[in-house]
Amino acid sequence: MRYLMALLAGSLFGAGLFISGMTDTAKVQGWLDVFGDWDPTLAFVMGGAIVPMALAWRLTRRGTPLTGGSFPAPPEPKLGRNLVLGSVLFGMGWGLSGLCPGPSIAALGFGHWGHAVFVAAMLAGMFAAPAIRGQLDRYGAPA
Amino acid sequence: MEADWIWGLVGGLLIGSGGAVYLLGNGRIMGASGIIGGLVDGSGRGTVGERLIFLAGVFVLPLLLLPLFPEADTHLTTNPAVLVAAGLLVGIGTRLANGCTSGHGVCGISRLSLRGIVATVFYIGAGALTVVLFRHLLGVI
Repeated sequence: MRYLMALLAGSLFGAGLFISGMTDTAKVQGWLDVFGDWDPTLAFVMGGAIVPMALAWRLTRRGTPLTGGSFPAPPEPKLGRNLVLGSVLFGMGWGLSGLCPGPSIAALGFGHWGHAVFVAAMLAGMFAAPAIRGQLDRYGAPA
Repeated sequence: MEADWIWGLVGGLLIGSGGAVYLLGNGRIMGASGIIGGLVDGSGRGTVGERLIFLAGVFVLPLLLLPLFPEADTHLTTNPAVLVAAGLLVGIGTRLANGCTSGHGVCGISRLSLRGIVATVFYIGAGALTVVLFRHLLGVI
């Protein structure tokens, strides 16, 4: 049942990324390109995605997930170095390529070698991230 | 194309529905970087199966839809240095920040999480600055 839910969620996510045009890096970079030929599509994608998600969060106020267990804890109010620094680094990579993690997987089926290169580098970065966080904790600015 | 925003809205609703299924069905936040990252750094050892099945859905559906939209294109850069640098930045950054566009953006903002909103402001800001710098000033992308 958990696997079925994961397959359904992943399929909806993948279909949505493709249909919305988020696998097209020109649309993503076009949205970020505020001084160029600005493309508003991403705002509609975000807005459309937030509506069902906000309804789902309301439903988590009572009950439990269909497959058992419990819903995620309320969000932590804690901001910090890792959140800000990580988001800045992520934004730089997103701007350079027009790819974020979800669309990078969804676009693999286009068969462009570049996606395989990007995903391999992304996996390497994800593998290295815990060690980098450890080094920041040891020598870097306070968390 | 004028219809782009309609496709964007429809696709967005599908993305949000996927997040709703993952949350209400499995009690988990649908964040792509967390789902992938947990497979890479070992933090998701107990949930490998559902992570892989989720990603299989993300990969396969565009493959099935592609024949219906033959004009679809990714316009991905062919500059290998840009691809490697961007991949490393996205991988390191999303795991440091513990979220990306789906986790912090869609799932975080929809529950009015301060962390999600702050992360989104910083990655969009950094992304816009990067595009302006590398496209208009340096002409690399």
